[in-house]
Amino acid sequence: MSDTHAESIAFVRESSLPPAAPPDKVGGPLKWVKDNLFPTWANAILTLVALYFLYLLLAGSLPWLLNGVWSASSLSECREILDGASGACFSVLSERWHQLLFGFKYPSDQYWRPTLALVLLFLAAAPVLFIDLPRKMLLFTGLYPFLAFWLIWGGPIWGPIFALLGVVAGYIVYSRLVQKSFAMALAGGIVAAVIVWYVGGFIGEALRPASPLLEAIPSRDLGGFMLNMMLGITCVSLSLPIGIALALGRQSHLPIVKGICVVFIEFVRGVPLITLLFVANVMLAYFFPPGSGVDLFIRVVIMITMFSSAYIAEVIRGGLAALPKGQYEAADSLGLDYAQAMRLIILPQAMKISIPGIVNIAVGLFKDTTLVSVISLFDIIGMIRGPILASTDWNGVYWELFMFASLLFFIVCYGISQYSQWLERRLATDHR
Amino acid sequence: MAETAQMKVSDEVAIRIDNMNKWYGAFHVLRDIDLTVHRGERIVICGPSGSGKSTLIRCINALEEHQKGSIEVDGTLLSSDLKNIDKIRSEVGMCFQHFNLFPHLTILENCTLAPIWVRKTPKKEAEETAMHFLEKVKIPDQANKYPGQLSGGQQQRVAIARSLCMRPRIMLFDEPTSALDPEMIKEVLDTMIELAEEGMTMLCVTHEMGFARQVANRVIFMDEGQIVEQNEPEAFFNNPQSPRTQLFLSQILGH
Repeated sequence: MSDTHAESIAFVRESSLPPAAPPDKVGGPLKWVKDNLFPTWANAILTLVALYFLYLLLAGSLPWLLNGVWSASSLSECREILDGASGACFSVLSERWHQLLFGFKYPSDQYWRPTLALVLLFLAAAPVLFIDLPRKMLLFTGLYPFLAFWLIWGGPIWGPIFALLGVVAGYIVYSRLVQKSFAMALAGGIVAAVIVWYVGGFIGEALRPASPLLEAIPSRDLGGFMLNMMLGITCVSLSLPIGIALALGRQSHLPIVKGICVVFIEFVRGVPLITLLFVANVMLAYFFPPGSGVDLFIRVVIMITMFSSAYIAEVIRGGLAALPKGQYEAADSLGLDYAQAMRLIILPQAMKISIPGIVNIAVGLFKDTTLVSVISLFDIIGMIRGPILASTDWNGVYWELFMFASLLFFIVCYGISQYSQWLERRLATDHR
Repeated sequence: MAETAQMKVSDEVAIRIDNMNKWYGAFHVLRDIDLTVHRGERIVICGPSGSGKSTLIRCINALEEHQKGSIEVDGTLLSSDLKNIDKIRSEVGMCFQHFNLFPHLTILENCTLAPIWVRKTPKKEAEETAMHFLEKVKIPDQANKYPGQLSGGQQQRVAIARSLCMRPRIMLFDEPTSALDPEMIKEVLDTMIELAEEGMTMLCVTHEMGFARQVANRVIFMDEGQIVEQNEPEAFFNNPQSPRTQLFLSQILGH
């Protein structure tokens, strides 16, 4: 208050103050450097020390990187070219490029198939990842798994077609019955799908062409970074819905459902992934009917999916717990039933809260796919440690190969992380 | 004011609560509640905190389960049958102390969600109804904002509109103004008064005694899980009979 009012308490404002602009920020790079790098003597010394270490790091690594050899055909040739100078031997990457990406057994004239599957993946994933895209694109997303299976494994086209027909039949039966009872609809849908698959198996056998359009390639021949991508994408997309179901099951009031979910989650979380993978490799065959010969790839997918869905379930449970009770009550008081309340009110919010945790697990899972190298699948790490480093040509090229593998994983994981941050901003509607 | 209170109360019974009891564990929250609400009646329930007044109205749409006695809403007996419960819930609107709007949906989507999914109303029609009720609570221009962008009073009015979109025959209010600033309390109360004037059957848990005097046909005072006293508002406020009511009224009207 100004002096004129100093001795009285009464005060009446006669005119409202106009809003003023905030004080100017004095900027400029020099000021930034002074404020941030050299504000005090101690900080200035630390800055200089840091700069010195940065210099040491770059002086050591830059010549090695820039002096890299890209054209040699073996390590010894590479050393000859370098002639004692410091330099990387990147020619192992160009020389074994296809092996690193596709493994060493996948027929080289068929590389276009997984490549096409990868390109189509972006198209299929787009409407799921970017909710503003037209919803009709989801139709292609639904078709994609069957298409990708056919592209990568090849063989007669009837297999994926009947698999798709089975899913469609199951869905039709489900949507007819769901008005009456959810459990009946679910059971009916599963029965319908199984019947179509079973019958389709015989028809497919009868229609088996002499030479299929796409050459059949067994799972054992898959490898390289392709295998990591396939495992990562399949397992993440399967474990998300299973994780949601487990999280909801764990909250259920039905004691048996709850019990099954709790036991599953606690058991799977308490076991190292690598033991599960050994089980997949050796023991899981005992659980399937003899002679069914379930594919190793599928066995590994089952195990990794089980593992990550248990973790995702716990993350989503955290999201569910974070929602105020009032949201459940509001949904109830409007007369929404359980499925509607979950789908429309609870899960959209709980999933949004869980995004960082889910991404954390997705990224971890994607990197954990390299563990399959211990059960002698030739993923990118398996390829590096096996066929490439064991060859006489490239024995001893560790840095370049593992740096390349790290770079590939980093690109994918960083992409996932950036996407999730965008998604969080996109979904931020609560204006806190 | 007196005229408002005299408005059309029919003989038709909207809610009949008979000898209802509820326990939380060993704690006896509601004891022998008997209450009959006629269509068009406006009842204000007051009482100290912990007296069970919120629990009572939450039992009416089965947000809380009662263990003994019976509750009949619009002729439907409240049982543990989920279909019954969902039917009653879609007939009974409820407003909460903390509004409980859905923060991930716009105001319009908040209002159309239940009509579309529960009543299977076509989207266009549901949106028209929603806009009608948003106009009624005087915030049609906020329809495309999210709840987080609105003030508390506006949010509570949206919550009322959201309930009205289901065309309920009974409205329950659980301390609708307790979380609001004084300036916003009035805008919410005005909306509720308007609703009362249209003949909506209402049960309000509230401490707004001015509202009770103006709108209620009946004021119920609860303490320790029991209905201690009920009367018409004039008589209730001017001539309370029970010493517990007298004490309560002297405390809340004392200053």
